[in-house]
Amino acid sequence: MFQATKRDVRNKNVEFLWRLLFLTMTVLLVLPVLIILATLIVKGGPAISLGFLFLEPTNGMTEGGIFPALVGTLWLVAVALLISVPLGVAAALYLSEYAPDNWLTRVINLAIINLAGVPSIVHALFGVGAFVLFFGFGTSILAASLTLAVMTLPVVIVTTRESLLAVPRAFREACWSMGATRWQTIRRVVLPNAVSGILTGVILEVSRTAGETAPIMLTGAVFFLPFLPQGIFDQTMALSLHLFVISTQVPNVPEHLPYGVALVLIAMVLMLNAASIGFRVYLRGRKKW
Amino acid sequence: MIRNAREGTEATSDRHENAIRTRNLNLWYGDFQALLDVDLQIKKGVVTAVIGPSGCGKSTLLRSVNRINERLGYVRITGGIEVLGHDVYEDGVSLPRLRKEVGMVFQRPNPLPISIRDNVLFSLDLHGTRDQGPGKGVKEEIVERCLRRVLLWDSVKDRLQAKATKLSLAEQQKLCIARLLPVKPSILLMDEPCSALDPKGTAAVEELIWELRGVYTILIVTHNMAQARRVSEECVFMLMGRIVEHSLTEDMFAAPKEKQTADYIEGRYG
Ligand SMILES: Nc1ncnc2c1ncn2[C@@H]1O[C@H](COP(=O)(O)OP(=O)(O)O)[C@@H](O)[C@H]1O
Ligand SMILES: [Mg+2]
Repeated sequence: MFQATKRDVRNKNVEFLWRLLFLTMTVLLVLPVLIILATLIVKGGPAISLGFLFLEPTNGMTEGGIFPALVGTLWLVAVALLISVPLGVAAALYLSEYAPDNWLTRVINLAIINLAGVPSIVHALFGVGAFVLFFGFGTSILAASLTLAVMTLPVVIVTTRESLLAVPRAFREACWSMGATRWQTIRRVVLPNAVSGILTGVILEVSRTAGETAPIMLTGAVFFLPFLPQGIFDQTMALSLHLFVISTQVPNVPEHLPYGVALVLIAMVLMLNAASIGFRVYLRGRKKW
Repeated sequence: MIRNAREGTEATSDRHENAIRTRNLNLWYGDFQALLDVDLQIKKGVVTAVIGPSGCGKSTLLRSVNRINERLGYVRITGGIEVLGHDVYEDGVSLPRLRKEVGMVFQRPNPLPISIRDNVLFSLDLHGTRDQGPGKGVKEEIVERCLRRVLLWDSVKDRLQAKATKLSLAEQQKLCIARLLPVKPSILLMDEPCSALDPKGTAAVEELIWELRGVYTILIVTHNMAQARRVSEECVFMLMGRIVEHSLTEDMFAAPKEKQTADYIEGRYG
């Protein structure tokens, strides 16, 4: 009675094939990442040392460390975050909690999504025009970070909006019906429930900001600088640009050096991500906010 | 209450009898008219049930009393609603103050995803000013009093810090009633408060409504006629956006005045 018929056997085989296909795809996706990481660790690992991390490059950037670039990237990421997170979250709050649902709002949303697809070199040129020249910030951390912020704003806005939309309407209705104003509703119910989604957006942004080269090359990052930036109006070195320079522009760089820089860059992004994930877990664990 | 200044001649006499009064209330969702010429007087301290087939405008009526419908940009209203003798659609009416006076309970229990205790205190936090809020001890007293009032204290007193969303649905619904009480509303609007609950939960919430009768004016929507009979003193029957009949519950079920009411009560519509 319960013997498998021909059809059952065929279904089972088809099931197996699909499963195999999906598994293969997943492996194909994960494999390159693992290979890249392995290569970086094997080839770049020997370059890593305290001196590498905390000294400046010497001898035409073929020896010494990467400290100024490391510090520079931290500056760039931090300033860009300080600008884009408040701005992006505020814009997303307005769009999803206050703006009426009409064609104008929809056009704005569409524009923001499309903005995310603009190539970074275009943002770079915009940054030169707007921040370096028009606002007169010169080539500086401020101009570079503003450019990075503009570039990543769409991502922040879109992910924030999505996490706001994911907060159940019932929570808002409960609040309104008790006489909460919009701001009270946002502050006490919407944001606390959306904050981990928002942080996911921030994580994405950190990774992208730290890795970008084109936008900062024209607006604030320089090939070589023998001192650390003292403030946001200084120029700075940056890991991504440094990597580009020593792997393509400087002769006689020992092979392990660029790999070491790449390894540090990835490790830094991972650490920043881990920090925001930790923060997210912490927020979720807290009773109120 | 909502607006202290007004001492109208007519309003004064109303205030002692009617908690809610609508005059020629018409409401449109876009082009669709959901309420037609609704004239209704809801007595203070009485439990009034609103019955009628699904889609007849019961929720709409309730939601226009605390003006929660207005969030939808396409709602239009003519006529008036008075709460405790004051027109709530007048300019200058503060929605927070209106909603403090008129609490609402929804079909699906919707406690906030915070602790039981914080749910009860939530409305106080909204309406209290920062520096003159009640002290810590007073707050705990309020929590206990409100939870006792809704017959929930004994089952939750040992887990006030637990998340409210972990409670059973009936308990959540009671909590949703409890959280309205700290700001001392006089009117409670309940939109099918038992329809998400099992029979036992329904009985518990009905018991609570009966318990609150007299202290609060309760306007409860239900599509369950047995429930209307059990919990209400007056009953309003609506059909397609109109009020068909408004009478004492026992009269309505024993001897409905209108044929449509009789048909509905005898189960001839959905
Ligand atoms: N937000 C809305 N937008 C448009 N039409 C609505 C909306 N809410 C309710 N309606 C319509 O108004 C009528 C009354 O709805 P409702 O008040 O929810 O009825 P009830 O609560 O009696 O079932 C229904 O025909 C419904 O389709
Ligand atoms: Mg309804």
